[in-house]
Amino acid sequence: MRIVTISLTLICLCLFIAARPVAALDSNLITRLASDDSDEKISAIHQLIEDDPAKAITILHALSDGQLALAGSRLIILNGDRASDAISGEKIETVPANTDAITINNRIRRIVATMLSSLDIFASDSKTRLNSARYLARNATFDSLPIIEKALQKETNPEIKNRLMVARSMASLGSSDAAVRLKAVAYLKNEATPATRQLLSALLVKNGDNWQEPDAAVRSTAQASLKEIDRKLAYGENLDRIFTGLSLGSLLLLAAMGLAITYGVMGIINMAHGELLMIGAYATYAVQAFFRLHFPEWINWYLPAALPCSFLAAAIVGMILERLVIRHLYGRPLETLLATWGLSLFLIQTVRTLFGAQNVEVANPVWMSGGITLLPSLVLPWNRIIIIGFAIAVLAGMWAILSLTRLGLFVRAVTQNRSMSGCLGVPTGKIDTLAFGLGAGIAGLGGLALSQVSNVGPDMGQGYIVDSFMVVVLGGVGQLAGAVWAALGLGVFSKILENWSGAVIAKIAVLVFIIVFIQKRPQGIFALKGRTVES
Amino acid sequence: MNTALFISGSSPSFTAAREGLHGKWEPMLEAEYVRIPPEAEGIDISHKVILYLEDITVSFDGFKALNALTLHIDAGELRCIIGPNGAGKTTMMDVVTGKTKPDTGTAFLGQSIDLLHLSEPEIAHAGIGRKFQKPTVFDQHTVFENLELAMKTSKSVWKTLFAHLDSEAKDRIAATIDLIRLKNEVYRPAGLLSHGQKQWLEIGMLLMQEPKLLLLDEPVAGMTDEETERTAELFLSLAGKHSLMVVEHDMAFIKQLGGKVTVLHEGSVLAEGSLSTVQNDQRVIEVYLGR
Amino acid sequence: MSAQKITCSLTATTGLQETDSPLLPTRLMAILDSKTIIMGGGFAFIACVLVPILHLVLPVGHPLHLSDYFVTLIGKILCYAIVAVAFDLIWGYAGILSLGHGIFFALGGYAFGMYLMRGIGMDGNYHSHLPDFMVFLNWKSFPWYWVGSSHFLWALFLVIAVPALLALVFGFFAFRSRIRGVYFSIITQALTFACMLLFFRNETGFGGNNGFTDFKRILGYSITAPATRVTLFALSALMLLFTLFISRFLVTSKFGRVLTAIRDAESRVMFIGYNPVSFKLFIWTLSAVLCAIAGALYVPQVGIINPGEMSPANSIEIAIWVAVGGRGKLRGAVLGAFIVNLAKSWFTVSFPEYWLFFLGALFVLVTLYLPDGVVGLWEKTLHQLRRKGVTL
Repeated sequence: MRIVTISLTLICLCLFIAARPVAALDSNLITRLASDDSDEKISAIHQLIEDDPAKAITILHALSDGQLALAGSRLIILNGDRASDAISGEKIETVPANTDAITINNRIRRIVATMLSSLDIFASDSKTRLNSARYLARNATFDSLPIIEKALQKETNPEIKNRLMVARSMASLGSSDAAVRLKAVAYLKNEATPATRQLLSALLVKNGDNWQEPDAAVRSTAQASLKEIDRKLAYGENLDRIFTGLSLGSLLLLAAMGLAITYGVMGIINMAHGELLMIGAYATYAVQAFFRLHFPEWINWYLPAALPCSFLAAAIVGMILERLVIRHLYGRPLETLLATWGLSLFLIQTVRTLFGAQNVEVANPVWMSGGITLLPSLVLPWNRIIIIGFAIAVLAGMWAILSLTRLGLFVRAVTQNRSMSGCLGVPTGKIDTLAFGLGAGIAGLGGLALSQVSNVGPDMGQGYIVDSFMVVVLGGVGQLAGAVWAALGLGVFSKILENWSGAVIAKIAVLVFIIVFIQKRPQGIFALKGRTVES
Repeated sequence: MNTALFISGSSPSFTAAREGLHGKWEPMLEAEYVRIPPEAEGIDISHKVILYLEDITVSFDGFKALNALTLHIDAGELRCIIGPNGAGKTTMMDVVTGKTKPDTGTAFLGQSIDLLHLSEPEIAHAGIGRKFQKPTVFDQHTVFENLELAMKTSKSVWKTLFAHLDSEAKDRIAATIDLIRLKNEVYRPAGLLSHGQKQWLEIGMLLMQEPKLLLLDEPVAGMTDEETERTAELFLSLAGKHSLMVVEHDMAFIKQLGGKVTVLHEGSVLAEGSLSTVQNDQRVIEVYLGR
Repeated sequence: MSAQKITCSLTATTGLQETDSPLLPTRLMAILDSKTIIMGGGFAFIACVLVPILHLVLPVGHPLHLSDYFVTLIGKILCYAIVAVAFDLIWGYAGILSLGHGIFFALGGYAFGMYLMRGIGMDGNYHSHLPDFMVFLNWKSFPWYWVGSSHFLWALFLVIAVPALLALVFGFFAFRSRIRGVYFSIITQALTFACMLLFFRNETGFGGNNGFTDFKRILGYSITAPATRVTLFALSALMLLFTLFISRFLVTSKFGRVLTAIRDAESRVMFIGYNPVSFKLFIWTLSAVLCAIAGALYVPQVGIINPGEMSPANSIEIAIWVAVGGRGKLRGAVLGAFIVNLAKSWFTVSFPEYWLFFLGALFVLVTLYLPDGVVGLWEKTLHQLRRKGVTL
């Protein structure tokens, strides 16, 4: 996606620039450009850019595409059987006979490519300039130094300027002047990226008796900068880990939130919960397929449409299960467990029959790609941010339903004292069905979120059931707040562990941790105390 | 509230007794040994007190179910505990039987057994039996089996694996069945008994356990007047040999028992004395009749 | 005050209403009535005499010849039946629903599988003294826990000791902190899930995904020989009989009554002086060991053990065997294991895509309509017939 945008702006820019009045180019320059000597060519390219960056874009494009040719003293661009003057841009009806194509080798091709991407730095659109500056800050070589210097003189935008300074430092590393290099190395400590790290550590390599960087002062400064960068990188990595942990935690929370109602509040142990997630994910898939077929132009906005669908699909399935099976097993938790397990097998096989046993593909909408760059080494991807936000929204919605609405009041009443609520005229049967449907629907929303980050297949629910129950058990049965803390804590905890020991060991460690934790606090983090607990 | 004024402090006699045990060891007179009832083996009731609850506080999320409760039960005494709902009666029994650990305070059975460091089964072994507010018997087992399980004997896994009832044990079960009048229900599952019969069966199980101290939570709830009267007689016959702590709301029943009455209110002792004394106590009237 | 001291003194003063050793024979006689002896003897005869004759002596093609497939299938189900009985002990009698019993079965299988892997010797694909998967992982020697696994008796010891130790440690912590009911079920499911993940790892040293397979011999005999097959079959049958015998002894003893009492009213049991932790721990560990032995008998018969045996789905399937047969009834457990597994092998051959529908429906229908399983239904029918005056 990003590539598309960049190339689009680039093309627009080319057109825009091409329309500007033409300045004459030195004919000497043209000869040098066509020269067979690479160094000659490179210096010509540099001069071209110095003289007229706008013109240079067109010419360099043609050069890298092999369309640039010399017709006598005239520089022309050949495009198939059409030709145009490279400098004035006017069309040439007949291609002159003495046309001689200008060829380039790989070294020049590379330089031209770098130049081309850096030339955007002269665009009038600040966004394009920023992108280009970012590109330079990653890829600048000594060759780009003149461009950078030139751009720096004109640039006023502080952010772009900052990128350019970095780029200049990186480019200056190739300078033969030790003082320039020293300045560059010192400046680079501000730029904590793996790339900078690599650049600096390359200076400290010793080839036989010769250091890569001959100057000792530069080396020691590089060492100091490297240390600083490492510190910043570690900081960024830790932040990143916590953020990934939080987003994993939100996923866990979304998966477990439905369970917090059905198990936590209603006390129904629903082993088919994972399959309700799966139904939510498949509903999302179905909505996506529907959009592809009928509204391909709106495909990026299928997710909002999938929200109610996944909620309703899972809620309806949930209510059917409650009516047909679960309701007859109230008060018999172990039997409920077995029966709902059976239901989960049923649902898995049904989905397999309907959609096939293979995973289906659910694509992220465009607006979920990309991310926010917080630090040079820390990019927060949009899809994770959106999932965290979504989890918060669902949580808030669920809290509102449970504590502000009549349904919530009834649910709490029925779960606390079923017969008394019945006597007071609460339709307990209906409330059970609705509450279960609510829990199931929230599971469906969880499935929608899962479909954005993981595989969607008939078996996907099985992997979440253990995790979801762990969250509810750890948080304390009947405790929404507990479930939230447990989910987030588990997410961050396992991400940090993963870094130490790998994913599987982390998972095992988390399970062992929960088993040990339950030893200490059998009622979960937020324990209810009192004499009603045991009964 | 002014309840704080009525919390009795640590009684001098108790303090003395404990010093006698843990401080300097004072040899007792031989006469004192003789006065220990023979069935009280293992429990040191040399100071004629079987249960010491000292300064017990239990709080549930800030709510104090017991608030610095101090209560002593004498050996062989029949004590009635009354109090409005939420006064902490059941919580107190939970503390004594090891179900709930208090935040502060001490609980001793006799002079030497620290109840707070024992588990429920250990406390049962030490000689405390408990009847729940809601009768809990083993529904799937017959009346006979219920009594067999409760019978005082070694209760380790290994012993139960190879246990076999001898004639003496069978006689004891039969005698208890007679006493609780379930002769016609011996081989019926306990789940099929009526509420009153379950109450009796639970009392029977308690007797098979041969505890020194019986905690009875509303033992006559759901019983007919006649059954209630018989229960009172049974308890009276048990007192002396055993110590009993009865929680009841039924004033007629308490009157029949005739022992000392303790009134609990908001987790502490409000008043103590004979039934008529506490019934005329201004504070008790206030608590019961409302403010 | 030390709790132990008090308990000791109390035990010392306890009367002698109950005695053990002299009456043990009487207890054994009580559970071995003539009907049981006839049925057990008949079963042993079929398994140890009739099946070997029908399989080994009669030629292939003879109408009464038992095929390899049949003997292996039934042998496998006999192992499952042992698991079912062991499972019934804890679920039916003690009310503990474990969703992780597959772990003990698999551990027994892996422990014995190690011996079978050593039995391959140099005959593996890489002709190394190490199992193929270790060669593949470029390991140079056996990890420490494989030491001694080439000895049959040590392998048998591991079969029992490893699962027993795991059950003991896990059970101790779980029961001590009064984790029960659904909580316990979920924790056991997490346990088996964690172990499965662990065994899937190559570096655990148990063959990763593929587990152990390609066994060649057992105690020097070829593992594919018909005689070996019927021997394993007969051993499984005898082990099932032994399991039933032990279980019967347990559930008819006072121990069994305490167990069911714990199931029905645990707090009451505590207040009359039994410590539920030790009772549960005993039956839990015993059940785990029985499962492990079944696993050890199972592996040489089917020729493979892999982490899939530890999947939560496998463990929960055990529960449905018992539920179908009738929980709390030892016969029911055996019957259930046979019904469900015969159905499974029929479905997976004839209608593989409908097996999950069938299994799912079984879970739902049995819990809804057959709370006492097939045996319960049979007893109820008999009871009703008798009341109508019909005798069978």
